[in-house]
Amino acid sequence: MTLTADLVEIEVQPTVRSKVYTPPGQAGSVVTVKARYDNFIGGRWVPPVGGRYMPNISPVNGKVFCEVAKSTAEDVELALDAAHAAKDAWGATSLPERAAVLNRIADAIEANLEMLAVAESWENGKPVRETLAADLPLAVDHFRYFAGATRSLEGRSTEIDKDTVAYHFHEPLGVVGQIIPFNFPLLMAAWKIAPALAAGNCTVLKPASPTPWSILKFAEVIEHIVPAGVINIVTGPGGEIGKALASSPRIAKIGFTGETVTGRLIMQYAAQNLIPSTVELGGKSPNIFFDDVMAADDDFLDKAIEGLVLYAFNKGEVCTCPSRALIQESIYDRFMERCLTRIAAIKQGNPLDVSTMVGAQNSAQQLEKIESYVKIGREEGAKCLIGGERATVEADVADGYYFQPTVLQGNNRMRVFQEEIFGPVLAVTTFKDEADAIAIANDTLYGLGAGVWTRDGSRAYRMGRAIKAGRVWTNCYHLYPAGAAFGGYKISGVGRENHQMMLEHYSQTKNLLVSYSPKPLGFF
Amino acid sequence: MSDHTSTAETTARVIATPVAERAIHELVAARGKLMFFQSGGCCDGSLPICFDLGEFLLNDRDVLLGHVGGCPFYIDHRQFEAWKHTQLILDVSPGLPEGFSLPAGDTGHFVTNARLYCPEQTPDLGAATE
Repeated sequence: MTLTADLVEIEVQPTVRSKVYTPPGQAGSVVTVKARYDNFIGGRWVPPVGGRYMPNISPVNGKVFCEVAKSTAEDVELALDAAHAAKDAWGATSLPERAAVLNRIADAIEANLEMLAVAESWENGKPVRETLAADLPLAVDHFRYFAGATRSLEGRSTEIDKDTVAYHFHEPLGVVGQIIPFNFPLLMAAWKIAPALAAGNCTVLKPASPTPWSILKFAEVIEHIVPAGVINIVTGPGGEIGKALASSPRIAKIGFTGETVTGRLIMQYAAQNLIPSTVELGGKSPNIFFDDVMAADDDFLDKAIEGLVLYAFNKGEVCTCPSRALIQESIYDRFMERCLTRIAAIKQGNPLDVSTMVGAQNSAQQLEKIESYVKIGREEGAKCLIGGERATVEADVADGYYFQPTVLQGNNRMRVFQEEIFGPVLAVTTFKDEADAIAIANDTLYGLGAGVWTRDGSRAYRMGRAIKAGRVWTNCYHLYPAGAAFGGYKISGVGRENHQMMLEHYSQTKNLLVSYSPKPLGFF
Repeated sequence: MSDHTSTAETTARVIATPVAERAIHELVAARGKLMFFQSGGCCDGSLPICFDLGEFLLNDRDVLLGHVGGCPFYIDHRQFEAWKHTQLILDVSPGLPEGFSLPAGDTGHFVTNARLYCPEQTPDLGAATE
């Protein structure tokens, strides 16, 4: 069974369906764990200036498994010092050398793919079958894509007249700040780091407070591959070091993925320093199923049913989670019956078991939030079709943060249809016709992703163009290949990722306007 | 709390539990005045984000829902449209905040719970824009 992306070509084989990975740090695990981790600054492991550390909890079992630096603004300054010391040499590195470094990062991730996949699963709670088949292979591919993109980086020139030429060169911005969320700790890091480095920049990256460790395992893998100071990682509380980084006058750009109000705060800091920002923010993505998906009981219908159930991918902790299913009313009962059967068959539990499909929510905070949304939904009159409670799982992981895959039936005015729950909770409703589907799909503050399922190519095209979202998956969902631009309409963000246009986002344009004429202008 | 009486407590757009009130007073004593802005979901978990007063720049359409512990509590005007039939109840849960919010005490974070207004209460709600 291919999990997410055709291009990944990694399949979960039936023969390995019973495998359960040993928890990191235990004898026999593919992942070693130190008691305590420092910041990765200037190619070295640097203790936090204040000497403080914070516990890092695995959501799999709710237990602390290591400590990471609880950094302060002083540590951000150290990272900025290292990045500034490295930026001139890295910015002057030839394109072939830059591409070679990116390819070596990709090779190193690939060589350690299983270790990093288990580490990320342990820290985030996502099923290891997803990290093995999606997160890590996509991260590898992302670095290779930008290695290729950097080789194709071309300036343009314009012959203004026969003696005057405008040359345009890409120049690195210098040092950039990057802040990433907890839901894809390594893939989000790849999305940020690869284009920044490809364009010749050095980065100071702050991982999310709940997932600081797997990125440090990544740093262990690449520490001797990347020149010192090009990648710097500082862990700690968002309110303190996130602010210190985003508001620093020593960064030339801030890249952020996260929540919408925080995105506004990031843009505010950027405005105060007159630097550019790109922000990828929240979503409440509609996933639209037209009646013709049931015209035959075939592979396509099977794919469409899985397409609805993909709301539970990564336990719903995805900005583009297809969390609003809109189903044409003429097929609603029959289609939902098939979907609910598929949802009921989801295997939930220990994420380190390769047969597990839905793992643990990232934190107790997320779990409580999901519960409170289901309560609000019920108060608003939504009908719970399946799930709705915390999940009971194996005894050895029973203290982890598990929530049942849930479906709430209601209408688009309910808060559970309007707000990003960030859990395995689907809000489902019906529509009459194409116009109704477009109206409901666009009746949201957000515009990050959407899905359209139909056998009618013309309708798929019309819908795709009418939905106000940065990406409309058509007869597919949750594919994230490098080379397909990703970003938000409306309050889902500003800017795009995942495409070579990112090189523009991470470059200055230098124009040399050159006169080859020996003649004066004649004004003076 | 009685859900069907029309007191200020039941019709206010935002109220705070005693635990949240205490956390606010301690924070104010330590840092000075504060403000809250309701987040929009996603990774920040639909949490209220607590800032030093003035840290977050307001626009002309942000909605002032009320005051908690003497501190203003705001929400985006578009989000308000989706939330206005619910009363927000500020509380404290264990665990440090995962986003940019100030913590509630040494080990907690602020949360907003919600309660649906009863139909007879809703008309009592005046405009709350600032």
